[in-house]
Amino acid sequence: MSSMTRGTQSIYFGEPPFILSSGSVVGKKEGEGPLGTQFDMIDETNMFGEETWEAAESTMQKQACLLAIGKAGLKPQDIRYLYGGDLLRQGIATSMGVEALQIPMFGLFGACSTSGEALALSAMSAAAGYGDRILAVTSSHFGSAEKEFRFPLGYANQRPLSAQWTVTGSGAFVVGIERSHIRVSGVTIGKIVDYGLKDSQNMGACMAPAACDTIMRNFEDFGRTGEEYDYIITGDLGYIGSDILHDLVKKKGNDIADKHLDCGKLMFDQQSQDTHAGGSGCGCAATTLAAHILPKVASGEWQRILFVPTGALMSTVSYNEGESVPGIAHGVVIEHC
Amino acid sequence: MAQTLEEKQKQEKAYQQYVKEKTPQHNVFANMCKAFLVGGIICTIGQAITNYCSSRGLDDTQSGAWTAMILVLISALLTGFNLYPSIAKWGGAGALVPITGFANSVASPAIEYKKEGQVFGIGCKIFTIAGPVILYGIVTSWVLGLIYYLLMKVGVQL
Repeated sequence: MSSMTRGTQSIYFGEPPFILSSGSVVGKKEGEGPLGTQFDMIDETNMFGEETWEAAESTMQKQACLLAIGKAGLKPQDIRYLYGGDLLRQGIATSMGVEALQIPMFGLFGACSTSGEALALSAMSAAAGYGDRILAVTSSHFGSAEKEFRFPLGYANQRPLSAQWTVTGSGAFVVGIERSHIRVSGVTIGKIVDYGLKDSQNMGACMAPAACDTIMRNFEDFGRTGEEYDYIITGDLGYIGSDILHDLVKKKGNDIADKHLDCGKLMFDQQSQDTHAGGSGCGCAATTLAAHILPKVASGEWQRILFVPTGALMSTVSYNEGESVPGIAHGVVIEHC
Repeated sequence: MAQTLEEKQKQEKAYQQYVKEKTPQHNVFANMCKAFLVGGIICTIGQAITNYCSSRGLDDTQSGAWTAMILVLISALLTGFNLYPSIAKWGGAGALVPITGFANSVASPAIEYKKEGQVFGIGCKIFTIAGPVILYGIVTSWVLGLIYYLLMKVGVQL
């Protein structure tokens, strides 16, 4: 078999794996947003029948998995491996959520880039023949994320205008070797990029350099320009991060502004939903991909997109100890076929 | 490709400056006006309670204690009904600085961490936000007390 590596950070799959199905589950606010009608399931209570934010997130993740598996006409035991992760300490939303499925699993942490990390690993596993069907899943929950990274929900404070709103949502994807209309033709795995910003309330600015790095690397590794993609879709740079990304890419001699979409901007209506700089969280990119992007690729409306979820790799400890907020972004090339 | 440390620092500094210019900020003047209004209303309510207590024959200390207790109760209730965050979102520091803001900073962790248990949840975490205020408040009082004591010792009349 000839080598599938391209450039320094990318893989081009000789026999590309396919995305067989996806599931998306969101909370109330996301359901009221512009993409509201496209999600598979909306829970108006945000609690998913559970008592705590964390349990709610786990249940949400399990439901997304079951939806994706069910839509592919499969059962949990048909899935060979699962790649999953979330934002909580020790990844408990995933461990507690997918336990009932009894699928051999790898737990991931890539902050909000986890959907890209999980999809890339799933595609690599399927393409390498390590499994015929692989499940990728991730989630975030506004309540558990605020509690973990910021303040109790009842605490009275003013969010800065650069702050983003963590999406309550979970997206799951079955990747496999059976043919569908969506294939993953390649991936570009991102490096950690740190421009020294310390403001965890301005995550778009922290992650934009990583997105720029991965997008430029993808162009170079595959010998492409932005012209060869219908859209380049980042995960959760939001309004400020997206602007910064356009500037950074321009500095490198490219212009992607009219081809760029951001899940953090698509998820909420900025005027009416009071989400400041846009949506964020693992669930932001994952549910937008599952509910909004993949159907357009499946129908052929979009022929080839570059999906680039971005993550801010900080913890409350690193933040308190004065460390900067490093970013990471993974690129997944998704094509109609 | 490897950057020298100096180049990296220069790049970081330039980026930080650039991000600062790109990032919108709340309008400070508008925020100050709102804070003045909200803080003023809270303090007026407090004054009304104090006046009422005095009119019922309580002395200054007793009136002050009743005022603080009633404001704290109102704030805790508003926090429980999830109304206080909306007041603070609009009123900013006007809602944070009075005693009602302090009550909110104790009540909100109690609500949030209740699910982690009475001891490790509420017990350990109730002062996660108010703790620093209490600690440094006491330390500051102690320092001021010491200065007061020393001044008295050298015969300064205050």
